[in-house]
Amino acid sequence: MKEFITQSVYFGVVITFIGYEIGLLLQKKFKTALMNPLLIAAILIIGVLVLLDVPYEEYNKGAGYISFFLTPATVSLAIPLYRQLSILKKYPLAIFGGIIAGVLTAMVSIWLLSLGFGLNHEQYVTLLPKSITTAIGMGISDKMGGIVTLTVVAISITGISGNVLCEAILKLFKITEPIAKGLAIGTSAHALGTAKAMEIGEIEGAMSSLAIVVTGIVTVLSVSVFAKFI
Amino acid sequence: MKYLKQLAIILLVSLLAEILEYIIPLPVAASVYGLVLMLVGLITHIIPLEKVEGAADFLVQNISILFIPSTVGIMACVEELKQMVIPLLVISFVTTILIMVVTGKVSQFIIRRKAAKE
Repeated sequence: MKEFITQSVYFGVVITFIGYEIGLLLQKKFKTALMNPLLIAAILIIGVLVLLDVPYEEYNKGAGYISFFLTPATVSLAIPLYRQLSILKKYPLAIFGGIIAGVLTAMVSIWLLSLGFGLNHEQYVTLLPKSITTAIGMGISDKMGGIVTLTVVAISITGISGNVLCEAILKLFKITEPIAKGLAIGTSAHALGTAKAMEIGEIEGAMSSLAIVVTGIVTVLSVSVFAKFI
Repeated sequence: MKYLKQLAIILLVSLLAEILEYIIPLPVAASVYGLVLMLVGLITHIIPLEKVEGAADFLVQNISILFIPSTVGIMACVEELKQMVIPLLVISFVTTILIMVVTGKVSQFIIRRKAAKE
């Protein structure tokens, strides 16, 4: 009976949905970024799979149908970006200047730290797209020969640190312009940071979500150059 | 029916994006081509916003759930993680703060310089 259930393609889909719902409930209850629904769901699902002795491949036979929607969902990110085009036209220099500076900082600092840690090419390109939205980051990691799963983990850690620390960091470094605050959060901590930016203010939220997509695209271009360095 | 048609348009753009990925010899994932195609479609009004926004908003709002299967994949690469767990944690954390400060400072500088000129 156990084999019959776990081998059904619906098994992977159902436990993924249940795990995510539990994650959402916990996040609502505790209201902290540490209670990230994605991480909670992943930990719960791994627990269930280990307990039932189901290998990842078997889970993914069903769960793979969920991943099917990743490309269409990434394509759909164009819609929120399109709605914010008017802001982009109003402050092109501040937006592109800030984001390009941020992406270069990301590339150079990840490169230098990877050199310092003595990482190999596979490990280095796994981390290069760590500050951008998971949808685009997974694609970059895959294309460059990185370990996609670990890229997702690095992206989650990045988002959670950004979400938890952004208010203190921005205050410490006297970044007070709402536009600059939003860009700083979105460029460094993608969607998880943006959730906090939306709480801080409307302009911050809009700028942060704009920064997610622009940073993703600028990073795609920069990674193809920086990937060759290690 | 309305949402089905919207989803069909988004899937069509995804298909075109995969064709582009196949033809263009750049290390760019299909999803990024698709994002740019969709944006160009919206700007040129070839794809009217109201013909896609319902299904698109639904997908974007639920995008987190789509990453769960690949995150669970960590159970299949524990060895690779063990080899780089410290660098992964340190690099993820440190660079996030650096990027935040540099982006914020640079854009704030540009905004204030513009304001001072005016």
